[in-house]
Amino acid sequence: MGKGLIGRKVGMTQIFDDAGNRIPVTVVKVEGNVVVQKKSAKGKDGYSAIKVGFGDVKLLEKEGTEPKWRLSKPRVGVFLKAGIEKPRRFVREFRVSEGELDSYEVGQELGADTFNVGVWIDVTGTSKGRGFTGVMKRHNFAGAKASHGVHEFFRHGGSIGMSATPGRVFKGKKMAGQYGNTRVTVQNLRVMQVLPDENAILIKGAIPGPNGGVVTLRSAVKKTVV
Amino acid sequence: MELLKKIAAAHLREDHPDFRPGDTVRVHLLIREGEKERVQVYEGVVLGRSGAGVEETVTVRKISNGVGVERIFPVHSPRIEKIEVASIGRVRRAKLYYLRERAGKSARIRTKRARKGGL
Repeated sequence: MGKGLIGRKVGMTQIFDDAGNRIPVTVVKVEGNVVVQKKSAKGKDGYSAIKVGFGDVKLLEKEGTEPKWRLSKPRVGVFLKAGIEKPRRFVREFRVSEGELDSYEVGQELGADTFNVGVWIDVTGTSKGRGFTGVMKRHNFAGAKASHGVHEFFRHGGSIGMSATPGRVFKGKKMAGQYGNTRVTVQNLRVMQVLPDENAILIKGAIPGPNGGVVTLRSAVKKTVV
Repeated sequence: MELLKKIAAAHLREDHPDFRPGDTVRVHLLIREGEKERVQVYEGVVLGRSGAGVEETVTVRKISNGVGVERIFPVHSPRIEKIEVASIGRVRRAKLYYLRERAGKSARIRTKRARKGGL
């Protein structure tokens, strides 16, 4: 059904392909992915999936006390139970088919080579937060004219509805408000290059979030043919 | 940042000569015509260089049949066979956009024989 990895967005650059075309790519570092748990449709979970951990956790070292992970005890416990010495900060679940489950081992490290060059993937991340923004930035409204007698109404959205019928503003009316800092998925992006030494993946195009943001990569839901 | 530079480094070209705004350059381009590839030369004045690393581009302006033509080339593109410096220009700005409003005599650029420290 699919594969998945968690990574950190490093940034964008460009590469040239064999034909000499310029290709914009986003670099994602996928270091330290580890399988924490396998869920099976036959077991108590009722569906098949793998749970993957990612991201370093700081070790708190104080003199006179035992070193402690800066993570709650239950969350550390999940990893210790799975026999993984180093807990990870982020945990995500990826649905895999029952058959694929056998190819994973609890405690197994997943690297960049999980994805092959040329496959299509979906990337999920948290978009850059833009705060409370007006209607022009958030919904691409055109605003009002800059001249012809427009008075203090340059970046407004205009009317928000009709009069006595319906006598209310429709649900979902596009208005100003919080923009960004939401979960965003970009579908059908192509893996251009895999660097196993660096544990990095080069994805064609842009992905959500700032540089350094955590993103999850999954096999594309819609575009499955290579 | 380190990793980005490393990835880009594989695509960087270091065979280009040092060319700057005001210089007249000959860009040898690989053109694909059906199956065949041939080289086309585009000669003009460098208006400016923009960007850094692999993303760097150069704007080259020439007058073709009385019409001003500007082309922007990715400096590190493998489609560029080579870049030759035809003459070195003496200018006082990094971006020569003022040349767009000029034609003929006023669009001339004073030339220099050589630059300090070679080339």
